[in-house]
Amino acid sequence: MTAVAPAKKIVSRNTLTAGQLPKWMPWAILVGSFVVTSVLFGLLALVSSSQFNFTGAAITGYLLFLIALPVISNIVEGGRKAADRLVTGLVSGAFMLAFIPLVSVLWTVVEGGWRRFDVEFFTYSMRNIVGEGGGALHALIGTLLITAGAAVISVPVGIFTAIYLVEYGSGPVSRVVSKGITTLVDIMTGIPSIVAGLFAFALMSFIFDDPGYRSGIGGSIALSLLMIPTVVRSTEEMLKLVPNELREASYALGVPKWLTIVKVVLPTALAGIATGVTLAVARVIGETAPLLLIAGFTTSMNYNLFSERMMTLPVFAYNQYVAPGVDTAAYFDRSWTAALTLILIVMILNLGARLVAKLFAPKTGR
Amino acid sequence: MTSETASKPKLRAQRRPADLVFQAVSTIAGFSILITLGLVAFFLIIQSIPAMVGELPGPADNFLDYVIPLAFGTVWAAFLAMLMAVPVSVSIALFITHFAPRKLASAIGFVIDLLAAVPSVVYGLWGMAVVSGFMRPAYEWLAANASWIPLFNGTASGTGRTVFTAAIVLAVMVLPIITALCREVFLQTPTLHEEAALALGATRWEMIRMAVLPFGASGIVSSSILGLGRALGETMAVAMVLSPSVVISFVIISSSNPATIASNIALNFPEAHGISVNALIGSGLVLFVITVLVNTLARVLINRNPRTGGAK
Repeated sequence: MTAVAPAKKIVSRNTLTAGQLPKWMPWAILVGSFVVTSVLFGLLALVSSSQFNFTGAAITGYLLFLIALPVISNIVEGGRKAADRLVTGLVSGAFMLAFIPLVSVLWTVVEGGWRRFDVEFFTYSMRNIVGEGGGALHALIGTLLITAGAAVISVPVGIFTAIYLVEYGSGPVSRVVSKGITTLVDIMTGIPSIVAGLFAFALMSFIFDDPGYRSGIGGSIALSLLMIPTVVRSTEEMLKLVPNELREASYALGVPKWLTIVKVVLPTALAGIATGVTLAVARVIGETAPLLLIAGFTTSMNYNLFSERMMTLPVFAYNQYVAPGVDTAAYFDRSWTAALTLILIVMILNLGARLVAKLFAPKTGR
Repeated sequence: MTSETASKPKLRAQRRPADLVFQAVSTIAGFSILITLGLVAFFLIIQSIPAMVGELPGPADNFLDYVIPLAFGTVWAAFLAMLMAVPVSVSIALFITHFAPRKLASAIGFVIDLLAAVPSVVYGLWGMAVVSGFMRPAYEWLAANASWIPLFNGTASGTGRTVFTAAIVLAVMVLPIITALCREVFLQTPTLHEEAALALGATRWEMIRMAVLPFGASGIVSSSILGLGRALGETMAVAMVLSPSVVISFVIISSSNPATIASNIALNFPEAHGISVNALIGSGLVLFVITVLVNTLARVLINRNPRTGGAK
């Protein structure tokens, strides 16, 4: 019976949670500080008869929360907990901050782009079009051709380089060589896209001895310079994941090395390689700067990669926005629609890559 | 003799012609990387020599005078962008790895990847149409009330297309890169260290300060430098957002802003001819050298501090 009395005391004043803010408290303070600041800003707007400053209210509300919560926590819980709460508030705020540009970008593009997201946009070029109407078929075709050209160049080079690094790079000499190549691939990853464009221009204008050289294939070369390192890195990662037992089992059956690579290693890594290639395509398909230099712009269709200027979707979006003709609204609309199309293509490629990774993942039996 | 060879059977696999061909193809592909980079350097140098030795048209008559303001603009815009992007990305990476519920964390990771996938021209359009208009009142306020700070000592830009707006757009663009790299680093913190800190009664922040941040410090630095390399070379966003001029100025709110190398090339190349083309290619070579140096620095830092489990 004597033990009951202290137990009651504990129930009445729970020492485990005493000196702690209840769980709902931070949220209450958050809502409270936003309510206070919006009332203040509302009054301010009434007094000065100006518009309600939403951004100002949001920022001040957040700052008030950042001050109020640690202060209250410091009184109730002590300084260490207060610091913890301050950091939690800061970190969560940074995370919310990252959403603002994403939502803003998507909203602006969809809002500006849906008006011209119609059949005409995808079936007409800009030939002989001034003002309204017209479309980006020439740019779409150009983007697809140039990107396909870049993929044709960089996928074999990238995959074979990765095969060299993983399958042939283990000897005493080739280990040094493959380390050097890995470093070079790293350097290549850092090449600014505009420098790739300059290189393609310098190369082609030198070969054809034409100081004003422009063509689609030059764009493909520039893009492949950006694509190769991505393909090499992702393929290399995937080939390294292939278990050595598979290779050894194949050798034990008397299969030559090249057949082992072609029939055993590559099929096992295929899903990963396909994902990597798709992501690499997604990365370069939105590149603007190199194509602006080497592929140039035109208003007409051009199906020939090897001659004449070729329009691409990113360059189209850029050109329509910065150099609008009379009736600027029509040009801006087309620009936003091109941006929307571009984002959709990139999203589809990204989702496709994830889908490929999921569907064709090798069945490990585990 | 025959008995000797029989007792010592050769264990070398038979070299088939197909094997040799396959190995040769792979080796050639590997070396093509070397050749390509060599060609990049070679052609950029060859094409920029006329501009470096000759006289340039326009206000700057020798190449150094031409390229130094541009190099300054490049570094300045990238520096401002990093000032904003690094703290935010490190915070987001911490939020994903140590604050968010696990299910939410992977969704956030996907959203950050989406930010990385948006093409740069779209960011350029967004910066021109949205950010510059949004920032303009702030610039006007700063010009009116804070002009005693050298950064804001100027007339506010009427369009909002200043170097600071460009830096904001750049920061948004490099944010996903730094976040993704930092996330990987923070995830590699030994769980034992974290649990030991918590078991000693540390709060979550103290655990992060004592276990996660010391462990990830070199990772944060090198991923920031990789992000910096990206910001230095970014073209379209800056070309579209910035209203450029040839100045060296630290004022971030006025309409006379230093252009960057990349944006200068993009804006002037389509109409350039003769030696101007060589000058632009020469400035591209300078940019190439700067980014290679920055990226190499990052790689060296990564390799010098291999993560040894936090033990110093």
